[in-house]
Amino acid sequence: MRQHVLTQRERLLLTGNEAIARGAYEAGVKVATGYPGTPSTEILEALARTEDVYVEWSTNEKVAMDVALGASLGGVRALCTMKHVGLNVAADTFMTASYTGVGGGLVVVSADDPGMHSSQNEQDNRYYAKFAAVPLLEPSDSSEAKEFTRLAFEVSERFDVPVLLRITTRIAHTRGLVELGPRQEPASMGYVRDPRKYVMLPAYAQKRHPVVLSRLSRLQEFAASPEFLRWELRDRAVGVITSGVCYHYVREVLPEASVLKLGMTYPLPLEQIRAFAREVERLFVVEELEPFLEEMLKAEGLAVEGKAFFPRQGELSPDLVREGFVRVGVLLPAESRAMSEVPTTPRPPVLCPGCPHIVPFLALRRLGAVVCGDIGCYTLAALEPLQAMDTCVAMGSSIGMAVGLAKAGSAPGPVVAAIGDSTFIHAGIPALVDAVYKQADITVLILNNGTTAMTGGQPHPGTGLTIRGGQTKALDLVALCRAAGVEHVHVVDPYDIAATFVAIEEAIHHQGVAVVITNRPCVEAPVKIRDNPFIVVPQKCIACQLCMNLGCPSISWSVETYEGRPKVVIDPATCTGCTVCAQICPTDAIQLFPSPRAVPGEKAGQSRG
Amino acid sequence: MGEVRNLLIVGVGGQGVVLASDIVAAVCLRHGYDVKKSEVHGMAQRGGVVYSHLRYGPNVHSPLIERGRADALLALEWSEALRWLPYLRPGGVLVVDMVRSIPPIALRDRMTWKSAYPPMDVDQVRALQVEVCACNAGQLAEELGNRKVANTILLGILSNLLEFSQEEWEEALSAVVPPHTVDINLQAFRLGRSVHAERFTAGGIPVDLPPTYGVPRRFRVEIVEAWCKGCGICVRLCPEECLRLDSRERAKVGDPGRCTGCQICQLLCPDFAIAVHEEQVEEASIRG
Repeated sequence: MRQHVLTQRERLLLTGNEAIARGAYEAGVKVATGYPGTPSTEILEALARTEDVYVEWSTNEKVAMDVALGASLGGVRALCTMKHVGLNVAADTFMTASYTGVGGGLVVVSADDPGMHSSQNEQDNRYYAKFAAVPLLEPSDSSEAKEFTRLAFEVSERFDVPVLLRITTRIAHTRGLVELGPRQEPASMGYVRDPRKYVMLPAYAQKRHPVVLSRLSRLQEFAASPEFLRWELRDRAVGVITSGVCYHYVREVLPEASVLKLGMTYPLPLEQIRAFAREVERLFVVEELEPFLEEMLKAEGLAVEGKAFFPRQGELSPDLVREGFVRVGVLLPAESRAMSEVPTTPRPPVLCPGCPHIVPFLALRRLGAVVCGDIGCYTLAALEPLQAMDTCVAMGSSIGMAVGLAKAGSAPGPVVAAIGDSTFIHAGIPALVDAVYKQADITVLILNNGTTAMTGGQPHPGTGLTIRGGQTKALDLVALCRAAGVEHVHVVDPYDIAATFVAIEEAIHHQGVAVVITNRPCVEAPVKIRDNPFIVVPQKCIACQLCMNLGCPSISWSVETYEGRPKVVIDPATCTGCTVCAQICPTDAIQLFPSPRAVPGEKAGQSRG
Repeated sequence: MGEVRNLLIVGVGGQGVVLASDIVAAVCLRHGYDVKKSEVHGMAQRGGVVYSHLRYGPNVHSPLIERGRADALLALEWSEALRWLPYLRPGGVLVVDMVRSIPPIALRDRMTWKSAYPPMDVDQVRALQVEVCACNAGQLAEELGNRKVANTILLGILSNLLEFSQEEWEEALSAVVPPHTVDINLQAFRLGRSVHAERFTAGGIPVDLPPTYGVPRRFRVEIVEAWCKGCGICVRLCPEECLRLDSRERAKVGDPGRCTGCQICQLLCPDFAIAVHEEQVEEASIRG
């Protein structure tokens, strides 16, 4: 089903991300860029399954924005995708691209993550549209995601402005019906040399700012066009102004209320909103996260209510919208339909069986290091049982923060920055150069698993592969660190416990910046790696729990005990054969499974207790 | 205008929650319904909780099901069934695989050795006015030759409760699953469908509760300082991190309360400097 998503002409069930890719495809997009980040990743992956479009994973979001802007100035339509925090990285270009305007249409997708399903904050990127004075579109489902993306390119070209298309996790990852249309590729406008528009010297930029401001008032009129604005006048007692997925929550709990649904949420169609306000007795704004619409409407003197009843943090849901309208008094308290919670076990995400990140963090914990962590799967090393991370803030922050912590001189142990390969290339390189320049006494651990694992295994410049699997040049991490001036660069296999401990210990004792690169491919992506599984010989297991300290999900308690402590078993169906538990077992009870890969049912049953 | 029906499919990363909901969505589409289906990707998948809200009918608005409004809950794992139970409407049906996937975090109590896996059984859930179709789909799937088709067996059971025909189900299934697994998935689906729901609701399924282990014990680690040369082997390998090296590089007991009596230190000490002794614990203090 998914392989053919973008080539058939029919109605398909697409995620919001696939629908955006489809909308861009139909609009004739020629260049699409981005950096992987949940919940935005699948947009470029879907586009890469089509032909006729140049698609790339960029080194980071700033580079992605630059490439997309360059393509736009070259006269073709360009798409740039990222998660919400990615726009912080790209903001430098984004803010000034509002001044330069575009050549071919330029659409920037920001995928926000209310509720922080997979993010370090839940910033509301609608403010970026207001900040940069660019139009903001918010689709409410997959069908609109496709349509708004297509229209966004037209808006971009018509008003000479980058367009911010803002979605949320719920839109990105919900499948809904989408009607497909043909691809219509506009002819390239060609490159037009125009230094006064594209060279933002102060003298030229001062002339562009008035253009930006006058564009806003024209956009405000356009926001009322029927593609983006929907009046649903029903019961006049309650009127709701809403956008995005919240529209559907409102329709679910208040099917009879009057609703003004906004597709363009910046600038606002104020005249229409005032007219709607006059039609209803009591006016509410239902929006996720910040009171973005509410504050703008209040500033216009409209009597609207919103965040007094609907939470400002976390993701909204039909339950929360219902609760809000119960507090308002519009809805009666629902008869308690749902049963109360029943006790169950917590199930936080964990590092996978065979994850090459486990041993380096085990070593850091045992060596008493203060660990500045970074963004990736390995952030999970902060949780039980490894608990070997002190900080995690933003992409690439680990190295700079480690330098600061070392300079503060108060760290109770050796200071180590732990950063994945994709994150290091994204934003860690300038910080490493800086650390050497500052002669900081830190160790930098580059956890090189040869992919962008957390988001599902996307290639990056270190992999030598393109998004479509083609060959390209691969970045040499060792040579790069040496070129930055790092004298102590060691490469180690993180499955070799002794070698990893020794390498990290030596690096810590080295005066100045030392780098340890742990080289092992991710076992899950882009390809699943399964070696022969291991098994616990029950007669030899003394139930010491040393292997349980790895937090490997394949290892659990057996029904057998030794001196009252549970022995362990390995689930051969999920064991990847990494050998790490076998290496640390003090009684040699963990051994290679006798018949490779032929997994007998009774063993699997045993592991489930 | 017909009603919108709500189906919640839940499980643990890797069990096939999303594939199962893809199949149901394909059936609904073939039947001409509007469908929305919502799940979360990313960090949640790393061995964590996976869910898929699926809603179908003439016209679907919210992609999310409200609590207390799911018509059916399909759970690929028992503790996940319990987690999502409040989403079921009164009289809703739970179709569940009794397989247990115990997360590592539930096996961390080294004083009482109690698993944090929920103790609730099927009869207790039935007492909450939930219709339960429980089976050991994982085991049935293994007997078919592929543990991964447990989700399809459950879909077969579920199919008896929904309005779609066997042909619609099998067409959708064949179109969605990987081509080389069509045959075994069809077998699994038919196996599930052939077992009528009553079979599960009539007799109690024996519930295999997590085992309980021993009683808490207390230990004392004795280190003969004169024999210790400070090699640190015991410090590095103590699973509970009870031991440390003092300022004179001699092994010392840092946190005796955490010792579980595994005796690794005693076994591995090259100098025979360590002995682990069990201490008497009063019966009353254990019970308390």
